[in-house]
Amino acid sequence: MLDLQGYGPRLIEGAGVTLSLALLSLLLAIVLGLLTASAKMSRNWLLHKFATLYTTVIRGVPDLVLMMLLFFGGQMALNVATDALYDRFGVDWYINLNAFAAGVITIGFIFGAYMGETFRGAFLAVDEGQIEAGRAYGMSDWLVFRRIRFPLMMRHALPGLSNNWMVLLKTTALVSVIGLSDMVRVAAEASRATHEPFVFLIPVALIYLAIASVSELIFARLQKRYNVGFGGH
Amino acid sequence: MELTTWLTDLLDGNLIFTPQTLGYYWDGLVTTSQLVFLSLLAGLVLAIPLAIGRSSRHRWISLPIYVYTYVFRGTPLLIQLYIIYYGVVFVDGIQESIFWPLLREAFYPALIAFTLNTAAYTTEIFRGAIKATSRGEIEAARAYGMSNALTMRRIVLPSAFRRALPAYGNEVIFMLHASAIASVVTLMDLTGAARFVYARFYAPFEAFLFVAAIYLCLTFAILYFFRFLEKRLLAHLKPA
Repeated sequence: MLDLQGYGPRLIEGAGVTLSLALLSLLLAIVLGLLTASAKMSRNWLLHKFATLYTTVIRGVPDLVLMMLLFFGGQMALNVATDALYDRFGVDWYINLNAFAAGVITIGFIFGAYMGETFRGAFLAVDEGQIEAGRAYGMSDWLVFRRIRFPLMMRHALPGLSNNWMVLLKTTALVSVIGLSDMVRVAAEASRATHEPFVFLIPVALIYLAIASVSELIFARLQKRYNVGFGGH
Repeated sequence: MELTTWLTDLLDGNLIFTPQTLGYYWDGLVTTSQLVFLSLLAGLVLAIPLAIGRSSRHRWISLPIYVYTYVFRGTPLLIQLYIIYYGVVFVDGIQESIFWPLLREAFYPALIAFTLNTAAYTTEIFRGAIKATSRGEIEAARAYGMSNALTMRRIVLPSAFRRALPAYGNEVIFMLHASAIASVVTLMDLTGAARFVYARFYAPFEAFLFVAAIYLCLTFAILYFFRFLEKRLLAHLKPA
């Protein structure tokens, strides 16, 4: 039988951290991705340039480097800001950047760039005639977005979205490096302490595989749902 | 040397970017390049037979390869690196073997982990390209009396390589970015150098922004190299 030498509860906690981190970052990434896609398609020159800079730089630099920059640099920027507050106004306020929040913000920020590209392509694939039909029915802009543009866009975005989610899930492992106790960190600590790496690392690998497999099933169902009326596939 | 005086003038008064720290970054660049290049090369060599096997009609050949690619693509590279880095000591008899002086250093376990990882992704890329070969080409080869092996070598693989090129370019960039993980197992690659400079001077912006700029340049270099290759090799597929 698998002997986890008392690390069992911490590993389960770590799995919870991994999963909630992944889901919250996904949410943030989707919001940022929609904003980026809109900015890229907007006629505003500055917005367009800014979004292009964001997606290019983020996709050109390793996740780990960005994570360290935002985590270590973010704390320093916060310190400078709070010090200035104290000097100017005598406000004694110290913010300690929480590792979990930093993780969610960083991963969400990174994958927002990838999602932006996915959503942009998907929005462009939506037939303009459908939008015009919606307008002709007297729907407001928001109603057209909610009932027509978004569902049609999702059909094209889902394959890319599912791909991004799989990569995002694996990227969460990197937060163990900046000090967050996700399941990878717990397993690595336990391996070093007990000198039994396989006992801890292999179950963690299996949990990742399990989450990936369940996600595949969910995405397959979503794909079916969004493809209703388009026949097959 | 003119370059040295120019560099000394440029760095004069800069507390962080001294010739010494730039030396760390340079060594890091060398380590990162070696790691990425060697793992990509070994991964490519492994991936070709694996992709052929993965496209085989015999399940007892294709299924084990599918399990391998599924596991390596479905788990984080960091976990794979940890398993190999911490686990290599426990392989029976390895400490008596001639490989031990190599495996004791962090470089080789990292190289093995990266190779196995990129081989898994590359196998799937090539399999997709092999499957997309048009039936007509294969039938034409058959009609010429080519054997299976000859068809594979002369017809399927050359066109599959070309089709795989854009996806493989992405994999190369992915590998460059993934190699930053090597710094976690004490390797002084580019990211390792940045972490060292950060810890020494407590200067996160300088240390990490500088290294991010280097990675960005490398990414663009790879991107343009593959664009150039695609232009050369896929010229016949361009719409007239």
